[in-house]
Amino acid sequence: MAGIVVLSKVENGVPSRSTLELLGGAQRLAAGLQAPVGAALLGQGDATSLYGYGVEIVFRVDHPLLKEYQADLHLIALERIARAAEPQVFLMPGDSLGRDLAARLAFRLKAGVVTEVIDMDVEASGKIPRFTRQAYGGKASAVMVPKAFPVVVTLKPRTFDPAAPAGDKQGREVSVEAPLDPEQARTRLVERVLEETTGVKLEDARVVVSGGRGLGGPEGFDPLVELARILKGAVGASRAATDAGWVPSSMQVGQTGKTVSPDLYVAVGISGATQHVAGITGAKTIVAINTDPESSIFKAAHLGIVGDYKAILPPLIARCRELMGG
Amino acid sequence: MRIVVCLKQIIDPELPASQFRIDAESKRQQPNGHPLVVSPYDENALELALKLKEQTGGHVAVLSVGQSSAVSALRKGLAMGADEAALISDPALEGSDAFGIATALAQGIQKLGHADLVLCGCESGDWADRTVGPIVAETLKIPCVTFVARVERQDRGVRVQRVVEEGYEVWEVTPPVLLTILSDETNIPRYPKVKDIMAASRRPIPPWSVSDLGLDASSVGKAVKRIEIQELTVPTRESRCELLEGDAQEQVATLITRLRERKVI
Ligand SMILES: Cc1cc2nc3c(=O)[nH]c(=O)nc-3n(C[C@H](O)[C@H](O)[C@H](O)COP(=O)(O)OP(=O)(O)OC[C@H]3O[C@@H](n4cnc5c(N)ncnc54)[C@H](O)[C@@H]3O)c2cc1C
Ligand SMILES: Nc1ncnc2c1ncn2[C@@H]1O[C@H](COP(=O)(O)O)[C@@H](O)[C@H]1O
Repeated sequence: MAGIVVLSKVENGVPSRSTLELLGGAQRLAAGLQAPVGAALLGQGDATSLYGYGVEIVFRVDHPLLKEYQADLHLIALERIARAAEPQVFLMPGDSLGRDLAARLAFRLKAGVVTEVIDMDVEASGKIPRFTRQAYGGKASAVMVPKAFPVVVTLKPRTFDPAAPAGDKQGREVSVEAPLDPEQARTRLVERVLEETTGVKLEDARVVVSGGRGLGGPEGFDPLVELARILKGAVGASRAATDAGWVPSSMQVGQTGKTVSPDLYVAVGISGATQHVAGITGAKTIVAINTDPESSIFKAAHLGIVGDYKAILPPLIARCRELMGG
Repeated sequence: MRIVVCLKQIIDPELPASQFRIDAESKRQQPNGHPLVVSPYDENALELALKLKEQTGGHVAVLSVGQSSAVSALRKGLAMGADEAALISDPALEGSDAFGIATALAQGIQKLGHADLVLCGCESGDWADRTVGPIVAETLKIPCVTFVARVERQDRGVRVQRVVEEGYEVWEVTPPVLLTILSDETNIPRYPKVKDIMAASRRPIPPWSVSDLGLDASSVGKAVKRIEIQELTVPTRESRCELLEGDAQEQVATLITRLRERKVI
């Protein structure tokens, strides 16, 4: 088909949030390249909702071994789809799945790979897509172009706007065979452990209160958890705080951690290294609380309080409690 | 257990943005005499390897593809406790993309002898592509688990914690396997002792060329690059921060007012 194929996930009949972000990106690229959009689908799930977002063909591998995620088996299925669909661009989410599979898929397809893409367009010729990503920990921005096709591309999560429905189009489904067998799975899942502090998902939260090394220890997070609870938000952390073991790694915000785009981001005791700020560029209002007026976080913030969090947070929590109740 | 840790030497990634300059020609960061360091997550990977060796015995080698300066990254690895170090350095590798680097690393790993575990950082501190490790695994035809924070030795294999969005997963795998390592409280890199730094500084690390690895120069480098950097620019950022005045009570009162004006609470 020589267009764009989007690795898709359908949950309860609708595309997942990350699939919508990929479809949003794909629509833009498809317009520039004048190329069709296809979807790759693993396992079961009703594909019809995808047609409403400009998808013309769904390539599906349905196999019982794809029910649970396992890298080797998923990879075999994705390679089969890519060989059947022959896309120019294979789009994947830059999440834990993309981290596992994008480069390996590219290797098998003898394709190039560009990861963590934050913007895409098409060269004036109308033929070559261009992919923008950050480099050097957010200190630079790079435009990457493929020298050949196909190219496997992961999009940085929470960066592209979810696709808007593109009319009531019809599409068709192609069933792709993949000879899967349990022996091909070289890793075995033992358990999945969920870690959530406030119930609100960090990536979805409208308010995020994050803490860093300046909190001095795990107990420093207690007032942050309280503030987040009152504001119905989630708690995040800098790498310094997760590395120290004060809070779990899944709470890390930034280049290696999560990208968040809340209405309000409160950075407490965080110096504002570019790698941290890389994860919060989509936040509408950034508040920084830091004892050091020279700290870089004040360059990223809209509102700054120079002060000790131990003195600032108690009155802030009290005022928020009055306003919000709880 | 035999472990190979891939170490990349980079310009200190914690350098403030104000000192960051681009070399327009090479589309890379200008070195400008800034300190060169081991890419941070690679140090976490080495720490993890050294702990495993302390628990169960074994052999740890460090391996790097880079210019001759990368010897100092490898010496740091030796000073931390690695048993062996190898440098792959060849002008033919210049301009390589992740595939070129991974091809060289995979050959180097084989030249070092059998490896049960190959460890990479989860992402490099400069480009953070997250691709070299998985491509090395594919080249060596071994399984791969990414963003691993902890590794535990088991009877027949290893049990690893893979950090994902909602928490973590525990996977079991029989070596050989490649793992990309994330920082964690259990793998904070140790500081080498002065006497170990001295000893490491005297260890010769003769570089391997591409042909020493049995590779054809045309299989790596610019010519086989699949992706090109077309532009590299420094985004301009304007500071627009309002610092709130007064004592804690007053600062908080103004903050609440501003947040209400902005309709975020
Ligand atoms: C490849 C790579 C990837 C990275 N990925 C990430 C990432 O995803 N996320 C991330 O966060 N970092 C990341 N980093 C690390 C980043 O460069 C910084 O080292 C890190 O963000 C620093 O964390 P911090 O701000 O908590 O600590 P510090 O830089 O030590 O800052 C602590 C701050 O607390 C302030 N402070 C001290 N006491 C108080 C007090 N009582 N009240 C208020 N303020 C106080 C200090 O003035 C200081 O500004 C990455 C680095 C690399 C190289
Ligand atoms: N030139 C290199 N020499 C040794 N290891 C490397 C090199 N480049 C990348 N790596 C390894 O691959 C990891 C991921 O790199 P990247 O794919 O660039 O994010 C690094 O953390 C290193 O462990």
